[in-house]
Parts: sequence; structure tokens; C-alpha cells
Amino acid sequence: MNKAKQLFAGLILMALGLEAAHADYTLNLMKGVTKVSNDIYDLHMLILWICVFIGIGVFGAMFYSIYHHRKSKGHVAAQFHENTTVEIIWTIIPTLILIGMAIPATKTMLELSDVEKSDMTIQVTGRQWYWDYKYLDNDIHFESHLDEASEKVHRTPGADPRSVPHYLLNVDKPLVIPVNKKVRFVLTSMDVIHSWWVPDFGWKKDANPGFINEASTYVEKPGTYRGQCTELCGRDHGFMPIVVIAMEQVDYDAWVKKTLEQQKQKPDLSDQTTQQLLTHGESVYLKNCVGCHQINGAGVPGLIPALTGSAIVTGKWESLDGFLRAGTSKMPKFDKLNGKEVAELLTYVRNNLGNKVGDTLQPKQTALPDDDE
Amino acid sequence: MSAVVDEHDHHADDHHDHGPAKGLLRWITTTNHKDIGTLYLLFALAMFFVGGAMAMVIRAELFEPGLQFVDPAFFNSMTTMHALVMVFGAVMPAFVGLANWQIPLMIGAADMALPRMNNMSFWMLVAGVLLLASTLFMEGGAPNGGWTLYPPLVLQPITVGKALPFAIFSVHLLGISSIMGAINIIATIFNMRAPSMKLMDMPLFVWTWLITAFLLIAVMPVFAGAVTMLLTDKFFHTSFFNAAGGGDPVLYEHIFWFFGHPEVYIMILPTFGVASTIIPVFARKPLFGYASMVWATGSIAFLSFIVWAHHMFTVGLPLAGELYFMYATMVIAVPTGVKVFNWTATMWKGAMTFETPMLFSIAFVVLFTMGGFTGLMMSIAPSDFQYHDTYFIVAHFHYTLVPASVFILMAAGYFWLPKWTGHMYNEKIGQLHFWISVVSVNVLFFPQHFLGLAGMPRRIPDYAVQFADWNMISSVGGFIFGISQLLFLYIVIDTIRGGTGEKVSDEVWEDAAKHSLEWTLPTPLPYHTWTTPPSVVPTEHVLDSH
Repeated sequence: MNKAKQLFAGLILMALGLEAAHADYTLNLMKGVTKVSNDIYDLHMLILWICVFIGIGVFGAMFYSIYHHRKSKGHVAAQFHENTTVEIIWTIIPTLILIGMAIPATKTMLELSDVEKSDMTIQVTGRQWYWDYKYLDNDIHFESHLDEASEKVHRTPGADPRSVPHYLLNVDKPLVIPVNKKVRFVLTSMDVIHSWWVPDFGWKKDANPGFINEASTYVEKPGTYRGQCTELCGRDHGFMPIVVIAMEQVDYDAWVKKTLEQQKQKPDLSDQTTQQLLTHGESVYLKNCVGCHQINGAGVPGLIPALTGSAIVTGKWESLDGFLRAGTSKMPKFDKLNGKEVAELLTYVRNNLGNKVGDTLQPKQTALPDDDE
Repeated sequence: MSAVVDEHDHHADDHHDHGPAKGLLRWITTTNHKDIGTLYLLFALAMFFVGGAMAMVIRAELFEPGLQFVDPAFFNSMTTMHALVMVFGAVMPAFVGLANWQIPLMIGAADMALPRMNNMSFWMLVAGVLLLASTLFMEGGAPNGGWTLYPPLVLQPITVGKALPFAIFSVHLLGISSIMGAINIIATIFNMRAPSMKLMDMPLFVWTWLITAFLLIAVMPVFAGAVTMLLTDKFFHTSFFNAAGGGDPVLYEHIFWFFGHPEVYIMILPTFGVASTIIPVFARKPLFGYASMVWATGSIAFLSFIVWAHHMFTVGLPLAGELYFMYATMVIAVPTGVKVFNWTATMWKGAMTFETPMLFSIAFVVLFTMGGFTGLMMSIAPSDFQYHDTYFIVAHFHYTLVPASVFILMAAGYFWLPKWTGHMYNEKIGQLHFWISVVSVNVLFFPQHFLGLAGMPRRIPDYAVQFADWNMISSVGGFIFGISQLLFLYIVIDTIRGGTGEKVSDEVWEDAAKHSLEWTLPTPLPYHTWTTPPSVVPTEHVLDSH
């Protein structure tokens, strides 16, 4: 008994000690940066305190009883039981407390589900394993993948996650929204169910294949807000974060202009050295292929074919190119890749991952008609 | 007169020492409720360690950020299989085992009503679990889409290999086994009670199991139907859950949780029954509100059918749906509160002693209530938009399953083993087991509340570094909890083999016979009991109705 107490005290001290050493983690729900997220926080605290209060009452009575009403103290058991008055009281009081909780909860729920009168709409599409964002008002469209640093570290045994800033919570291209605007999100998925969650906004919403869900946010404070997919969506479910940057309107307008210009640019089809092709090819591979075929190209036995030694990969590059762009019943088609990316990727997979075909492909060889200027 | 004598003779004839058969065949062919109860309990204990080993893999991988031991797909297989094995292989069979042992003893019946079916339902359970376990060795690995088996993920060729049809057939077998067990329990309770035992005289364990059995019969076919639709979607080109063919993946979630919510109460209602049995014995007082406990159990069971979509607040329900499921879910707090208040009132002004079964039962009341509090927090739909699918929910349901259902199963083991075996367990080791378990289970699960609130999603094999500290503490708690359960295994084996060697009285616990019938039987229990039903049943718990 005494030992158990010591152990318990030790653990509490350990926990406190750790808290002093690392003050960067939180114990409680974050307040977030929207009105809804603040209301949810208040609701959370209200219910939490009610629970703590009830807990103190019930456990207090129980521990009083455990301390005083024990046989070893010579306490003789009373034989009372059934008391209608008491039983009615402890049914009615909780009911009243619940009604008291339901009122603010309903208000917040109404607020949360309001997506009317938005200023702009962004389509969020879940993919295995990244997010695809499309601004329905201005045709900005891009993919948002886990950043390369996190990608490499989590796939390399022994690599140190602490060496990467925002490990697993960083992306290559963040979503950008203006502050003080009501942004409506329409969410869907191209493959399995995903769920889009930014805790600072106060909600998550499932992205269901074939259906569209709606949600909205109104951010007042510029900043970078991070989140993750929260519905199990396969092997890399843990590796598809969300980053949203909220900007002042002027900055946002500038970002839109710049992004639209970049989007219009044709890919640079000039020749590259083998080393350049391999380096760029690795980036394309990490973004598009690594989730299934793995960092070493070994695939997953019984599920996903290996690229190492694959006849398709090491055969004629023209047929590999066609295969890639057409897809199969298991593999999505990668017609989104431009000629430059295809050349880099093909050179990489044919001369790396244990393959040694020895050829280099230049962007001009793999270019499609609309890649040309 | 002569007719009576005749019957007596026949009876004696039939009864020349009807002990158990010898050897292994006894256990394969047995129709004796005690043997089948033992089989269920030992099987459940074995599966508790199998499922526990999977939990150790999960906690080892989550000990530090980064991927150290397993591939993410195997990690997902572990979370999936851990849940399936613990739910269908450990907790549910353990309660069926308790029902097999205790219901006939408590209601004065000679055996279960359908003994051959009883044998069949046990062996079908074994077949089902082995089939499920065999998927671990299949090409592409065990199912890894989560125990909820949501499509389209679970149907995806790049996610699941050859395992799916085997897992589904296993679910069918487990479902048939559970339904047969439930039918048997209902038939036994309705037809084989001692003549003087009215329904409202039954011990609460019997009541809670009666209600649980109806839940099983109602929802296991629903689950079987849902997984069969998965099967036809995968292999016969139907589109129940495929939007491209006019189906809807969210439909599966509705069907699954229509099964799934009652399912979680299938695991907790018998827990309530055992707690309501143990606490009065060690408080040396009748249960405070017998009738209200029965009604609360019935209410919880009823409510379990109309709250399923609170598991789905974020799937895109219409506002009216969100509000309805929020209100309906909040109502569950009322009958659950009644139960907790009742246990507290039962302890109040008792003359308590704290043997191991009582310690586990008190820990159950406290820690289950904490799980209830987080349940209430999550019933608030807007808040659930933050809590959903994070470690907060992981903490919540583990509080209601581990220090609740599992602790009560341990309590039941300590409470009844001396009666069943005729040997006393080692109280010192029992208490040691309790204290290590109760501390480590909180070190394991309490920090998961913090992780969830701080934003860590569930079912991820690797995490951002700000979640590192609490994950490490949680893992340490997990390892201690896992290893300390070997003490329980030791105690079970030791008690079966003779225990402390002290003589165990018929009552085992002071005045236990006032509370329930089994304590009026001789210790150790003969192989056959209540061949003549008892004429008087203890009704201390229902004094007012007499």
C-alpha cells in the first residue's frame, strides 16, 4: 500500500518534471482562431468543469465511505436500500444539468453548420495521400503534399524526426486564405474516406468519395495553421498533413496573382544533365510514387508490385510512359505529370531503386503537345 | 406414491457418478455448463494476451516519433486486429464464459437449456478467431482498414490482400456463435429458474445478461449483413457502398454503428451486472436500488439502438440529425448516472473490506465514471468536431473497456475462482496485481486525453514531435500494464492447482449466501449442481418486494 503510494507520487513528480522541461506541448484543447473554435472551447470547458464538479461529489462520497465505513474500523453495515425520493432526485438533477448543457451546445452547433453567404469557395479533395485544393472562384488548383524533409525522415530508419521543423505537419504547398473573409469549403475524395481537420478552425469534416460535404471558416488572425487527415485512409494516413496560411487581403491578392502566373507557365523543356534529371526525378518520385512503391522501390508483397527489376520499368521507356499516363485498376493514371516531370521520373526509376537501364530521357522526348510553348 | 419411488429409482440409475469424461475428449465433447464456461474463460484469457501483444507492438512503435519497428500497413493491421481480437476474442467470450458458469448456479438450474448448442457455439468461436488470426500470415497481411472495416478502404486492392473474405467469414462465424450463446442464455433464464424465483428476484448479473442477450440477437445479424454487403461489393460487382454505382460509403457507417453502438453495451452491461454482484458482498449490504438498476440497464439497452450516428458527427449529417443524435446520446448519462449513484449508495454506511475483487470493483466504478465523463463530453456534437478520431476518443473507450470491462472480469475471476476450484487465490499477489494494474492503466490511458486534445489523430504510426512526451509516458504505462497481467495468469494457474491450500468454506466470502444462490452449494462445486432446484432463493437484494 505504502509502496503503491510512493510509486504514484513518483509518477506524478515525473510528469511535473517533464512538464517543466518541455513547455511546448499542450494539455488542453486549443482555443483556435475562429469564433466557432472559441465557442467550442468554451463549451468544452463548461462540460469539463461540470464533470469535474460531479466527479468530486460522487468520488468524494465514495472515498469518504471507503475511509469511514470499513469493517476494520468496526463499522456495522446499515441495511437500508431503495429510497424513492433519493432515486427521483438523482434522476431529475442530472436531467436538468443535461438540459443546461444542451442549450449552448445547440447554439454552437447551429453556428458550426452555417455555410451560407460565403465570400469564396475552395474545393478540398482527399487523395491517397495528399490534399488537392481548387479555388472555385479563380481557378487556382494545386496539390499539397507532405514536405520532402519529413517524407525522407519518416521513410529512413534511424533518421531523427527532431531534425525536421514541423515534422509531419509541413507541406510543400500550403493552402492560402484571406483573413476576415468567410471561406466555404466543399470537401470530397477521389479514393477512400479522408477527413480534413485544422484544430485552430474548430472542426473536421469527412471527405467522402462521390459525395460533397460543406463547411466554412472565418479567420481573423493572420498565421499558419496546421492539421492532419483524421480518417484512416490506408498505409500513409499519418503522412498527409494540412497547412493553411491566413493572410491579409493585400498579401492574399498578391499571392493569387503570382500563383495564377506560375500556373500559366509552360514547363521548361530544356535538356538537363543526368544528375539533374536524377535529383529532380527523386522529388517527383517522393511526391507521387513513394506512398505505394516505397522509398526503395520494393513495393509491398502481395499488395503493390516492386519497381526494382520490374519488366515494365526497365523495358521500353515509351511503353512505361504510356503505362504511367493510363494507369491501371490499382494505380491511378498520372496524366497530371508534364513532360519534364515524366522525363525526370522515368530517368530516376530506370536508373535508381536497384535498376540500371543506363539511359537518360530528356524532357523534349516525353513532352506532350500542350507542354510546348 | 409408487410413481414417486419409481422416478427416484430411475434417477439414481441414471446418476451413477456422472463425473467428467477423462482426457482431452472431455473438453471437446463436453456439454457441461461448467466445462464450457471454463473453456470460454481460458480461451478469452489466451486471446487477452494475443490482443495485448498486438497492443505492445502499437505502443512500442509509438514510444518515440519516427518509424522504428513496423511498416505503417502492419501498424494498421495491428490496430485493426488488436480491436477485433479484444472485442470478439477476449471480452465477449469472457462474459459468455461467466454466464455459462454463473447463470445456472445463480438461478438454480442444472445446466444451460441447450447444452449441445452451447458446445457448438464455443467451438465455432474458436474456429472464427483462428480464421481471423490466420489472416496475419496471408499475402498482403491481416485486414488493416480499422476494426470498423469502412469501405472503400477495406475493399481497396492496394490496401487489403487476400485477407478480406477470410475476415468476413470469421465475422460470420463469430456472429453465429454469439447468437447461439445469446439464445441459450435467454432460454435458460426464461425456462430453468428455480420455481420460486421470479424475474424480479434474479441477481443483477442474470438480469444484465438477459438484456445483453437480446442486444446480441438484435445486432449481430446487422453486422453480418453489413460485412456480407462488403463481400458482394468486392467480389460480385454490387455497389452498396460505391458511389460510382449509385451506392454510398456512409451507408456502411450507418449500418455498422447500428450494430456497433449496441455492441459496446454488450461489453459493458454484464460488467455492470458483475459489479452489482460483488460490491454488496464486500459492503455487507444489499444493493441500494435493485429495481432501478434493472430499469437503468433496460433503458441503456434501449437507448443504444437510437444513438448510433454519434460515432459519425463529422461525416456530413444534416443539422437535424446532428441535434437529434446529440440529445439522444446525452440522455444515456441519466441511467448511467443512476447506476453509479447506486453503487456509491451501496457502499455508503456499509462494513467494507477490500479483498482483490472489491478493489477491482471500486476501481471500475471510479474509472468507468471517468470514461463516462469523456463520453458525455463527446456527446456534445460541436465539441466532437474537435474530439472525433483523435486520441481523446481512444482514451475514452479504453477507459470504458480496460479499467471497466477488463477490471471487472479480473474481479469476477478473483471473486468466483475460489468457489469454482475450491482453492483460495493468493491475496497478496492479487493485491499486488491490482495496485500495479490500477496505476499503470492510468499512466497508459490518461495522457492520451492530452494527446487527443492537443491534436494527435488516432491510427497513425508516427507523429509530430510535440506529441512525443506523453506518448512515451503512455507507452511506459502500457508495458507495465501488459507485463503485470502475467501476475493474473500466474494466479489463475496457481489457484486451479491448489492456491494457498487453505480450506475454502461454502460461502467463501462472509455472508455471501445471503446475496446469491451459488454460495449455498458445496465448495468445491460438484460437477453437477442443482439437479434438484432450490426451494428457497435468497432475496436480500429485493427485500421490499417480499
